[in-house]
Amino acid sequence: MGILDKHGAIERNATLLMVLSLIVVSIGGLIEIVPLFYLQNTIEDVEGMRPYTPLELAGRDIYIREGCYVCHSQMIRPMRDEVERYGHYSLAAESQYDHPFQWGSKRTGPDLSRVGGRYSDNWHVDHLTDPRSVVPESIMPEYAFLKHTPLDTKYISDRLKADQMVGVPYTDEMIASAREDLLAQLDPYSDGIDTLMAHYGDKVVARNFDSQPELTEMDALIAYLQVLGTMVDFSTFEPAASR
Amino acid sequence: MAKKPAKKPDVETTGHSWDGIEEYNNPLPRWWLWTIYATIVWGIGYAIAYPSFPLPGGAFPGLLGYSSRGAVEADIAKVEAQNAPLVARINDLELTAIASDDQVGEFAVQGGKAVFQTFCAQCHGAGANGAKGYPSLIDDDWLWGGTIEDIHQTISHGIRYEADPDTRSSQMPAFGEFLSKEEIAKLVEYVGSRSGINGAVETEEGKNLFLDNCAACHGDDATGGREVGAPNLTDAIWLYGSDPETLTQTVTYARQGVMPAWSGRLSESQIRQAAVYIHSLGGGE
Repeated sequence: MGILDKHGAIERNATLLMVLSLIVVSIGGLIEIVPLFYLQNTIEDVEGMRPYTPLELAGRDIYIREGCYVCHSQMIRPMRDEVERYGHYSLAAESQYDHPFQWGSKRTGPDLSRVGGRYSDNWHVDHLTDPRSVVPESIMPEYAFLKHTPLDTKYISDRLKADQMVGVPYTDEMIASAREDLLAQLDPYSDGIDTLMAHYGDKVVARNFDSQPELTEMDALIAYLQVLGTMVDFSTFEPAASR
Repeated sequence: MAKKPAKKPDVETTGHSWDGIEEYNNPLPRWWLWTIYATIVWGIGYAIAYPSFPLPGGAFPGLLGYSSRGAVEADIAKVEAQNAPLVARINDLELTAIASDDQVGEFAVQGGKAVFQTFCAQCHGAGANGAKGYPSLIDDDWLWGGTIEDIHQTISHGIRYEADPDTRSSQMPAFGEFLSKEEIAKLVEYVGSRSGINGAVETEEGKNLFLDNCAACHGDDATGGREVGAPNLTDAIWLYGSDPETLTQTVTYARQGVMPAWSGRLSESQIRQAAVYIHSLGGGE
């Protein structure tokens, strides 16, 4: 039996067993992971994707802080029933600037990957304040305090910088003017609106999201919800079949 | 009771011995062994038939040419082909003729109900009875018109929905910026008197304020104007509430309800079905 008889030597030496196990697991892992980085058909570039604006990014952080992902997924699977209810199935590229992505696997509430533009801002305010005022059968908790909590913008530049470090294409200029861009998005007639659009494209939706004069966490969260799934124009998107 | 010493079975040991403890080399049950051989064969077959391992030029696509994207497309195409004659007829017919059509009438109403429950019920309610700020669709009080064409237009392009250039639009001014609190209080009193609520009494001053500021949209007699979505202020139906406090807030800060446009998300046939369904709820004109 030759070499097969030698397994006793491996089994009796914990260090050797550990090192050899690691090698075996690494080979398996590398074969699964490495191709994702070089195979062209796993890397789909889609027109329209842009990094989140500072306000949307702040809203995204509130989404994560409040644990919205515990009940809401952001991943429309390629199945007819899901596509009919939620819209075009999600593309990997649509979460390319998400760190971490919010795909999720648990839906106590509906999927939110294309919730942007589906409801009015006022509906979001009503619904987050008291979900049962608009959807009587809802079991969602109330988030009324977001309306009264001022948004902390102190670290927004650092927040963008953190994303830049993991590969989101924020320029140094975008990082420097993050706070101005954030404030500009709350008022379509503000001075900073041109800079905001120059940085993030003219499709950025700028308005007072919670209808209150103050900048609150509600503004940020609604700005984030209203951009979800709206970046890619699916009327012109042709999916490559083999992805 | 002393245990009988175990009878030594007719099998070899593996030769492993730890402190005198030995391990029998019992063969695996045959059914188990053949099951695992079968799963290995199945696995190889599966890897050949379906997309599986990576190759230098791209992932191996599998001999069956399966992809989840292709599968969902085929699935949708199959249902679309099934419904194609009905959908074509719904799109061809005049909106007013759909509900009474022998072939597609029932299909359109039921299809519209499905669309409504999925996309509209979150604001207008599962029974279309509305909520504060979201109009009831089962009464005959319509802000922008209750004919089936009006409903179709509203669903397609929404109300004050910035992203749609054809959206219905009007802007109530926030009168808190031009009028004093006393003037607004008089206006609220006058509006109340027009519909006989809040025990309000009509005053000459309130009437003049109304004619100067509100009548352009809501009409001299306060019965509203549909071309600008201005509600009738003389009936008992109040979208945001009719108590003096709410009315004061409405006049001071204005109300500008938004409804999304659905033409990008729903097909023309789905919108037509929804319009037929909503029109059929009882309030349609």
